Amino acid sequence: MPVIPPSFAYHRPSSVKDAVGLLAGFGEDGRVLAGGHSLIPMMKLRLAAPPNLVDLGGISDLKGIATDGGDIVIGAMTTQHELIDSDLLGKKIPLLRETSLQIADPQVRYLGTLGGNVANGDPGNDMPAVMMCLNATYQVMGKGGERRIQARQFYQGAYFTALEPGEILTAIRIRPPGDGHGWSYHKLKRKIGDYATAAAAVVLTMSGGGSVESGAIALTNVAETPLYAEAATRLIVGSKLDAATVKEAVKAAEAITSPASDRRGTPHYRTKMAGVMVARALAQAAQRARGG
Amino acid sequence: MAKSQVSMKVNGDQIDALVEPRTLLIHFLREQLSLTGPHIGCETSHCGACTVDLDGKSVKSCTMFAVQANGADIRTIEGMANADGTLHVIQEAFREMHGLQCGFCTPGMITRAWRLLQENPNPSESEIRFGIAGNLCRCTGYQNIVKAIQYAAAKLNGVPFQEAAE
Repeated sequence: MPVIPPSFAYHRPSSVKDAVGLLAGFGEDGRVLAGGHSLIPMMKLRLAAPPNLVDLGGISDLKGIATDGGDIVIGAMTTQHELIDSDLLGKKIPLLRETSLQIADPQVRYLGTLGGNVANGDPGNDMPAVMMCLNATYQVMGKGGERRIQARQFYQGAYFTALEPGEILTAIRIRPPGDGHGWSYHKLKRKIGDYATAAAAVVLTMSGGGSVESGAIALTNVAETPLYAEAATRLIVGSKLDAATVKEAVKAAEAITSPASDRRGTPHYRTKMAGVMVARALAQAAQRARGG
Repeated sequence: MAKSQVSMKVNGDQIDALVEPRTLLIHFLREQLSLTGPHIGCETSHCGACTVDLDGKSVKSCTMFAVQANGADIRTIEGMANADGTLHVIQEAFREMHGLQCGFCTPGMITRAWRLLQENPNPSESEIRFGIAGNLCRCTGYQNIVKAIQYAAAKLNGVPFQEAAE
């Protein structure tokens, strides 16, 4: 098995503008390097051989977590480790810490970035479904300027996204679900650090009367893309999350999956596990929303 | 392909070198700097034998290009011992608690434990296990590695080491 990547020219711009300019010049021959923990292994296997690598590591504008109006804006080069460390996120969007802690291992989380995780289009990555669940917006910069893409509109197929060649994802913008919301990321995996056999992300808010006021459900690694479980979400909103409703929501979530068969299990098994993850994530999110 | 100039600190020494951009940090450390403490295990970002400390982070040096480390401050197992040549407390702990058998994972394990104990000087057993989840050991079953890190933590905190009842 080869372990030495093919040769490439290395570029380390210090601004987004320079990075976009470089990528525009390279066209198909350029690729962006973020934390490197997806791309470098692919290059070592020679499944990727970009002649030009544009390392975003020197662009300080792509780092950091800030508030903007009611939104939290996270720079694309913010690492999983930094997400875990952020008191602001821990308070406002605890789902991000919970998810980050279930990604890979400490060494990978020190370098792996949120932007890389969501932009790569790998269906095994955990953050894309979480971003769909949170209804996040991706800020993207290209030669023609900035545009914004909803996470729920971003994923088109395995490794295919709404990013155009030459565009860079610069930041992730999230409106926190609000005080007192419940959250959960439930991930079934064979061992610590593994990709999900199936996983479910849930956020919800509950009324004083105990019914779901708002919420969302999304699924990881049970299709070519992460999935926003829209029908399942509609079923739970307005309900009291009684057993019959949860059963219907689980069925609706299972219905949209089309998992691959791999060493993590057969399609049937992974679909059923997605349902189990939805039920558990709903229960945990509801318990947290009730202050439990 | 043209080589790139890199400068970095490695175990306190200033290093200036030319590298091919595709050179992985582990290969740069082992082959250009002759620092063979960090090991090449799986070379696929799983095993952690190549772990080094870089700007306050534990990183797998097989999954990073040497050019990315330009300007960095790196510590490998070679930089762990005390200035007088005696073992660092964590190294001593691995010896005392039998935290190694074949020793292959040990440089990565100790380098990782060093960072873990700086972030969390008094970790619980489960925090230690979670903190070394990126380092595989195929000999010990981890029991004595965990014990070694507990021993090191106690020593660094100046409290007596209490071995948990088996």
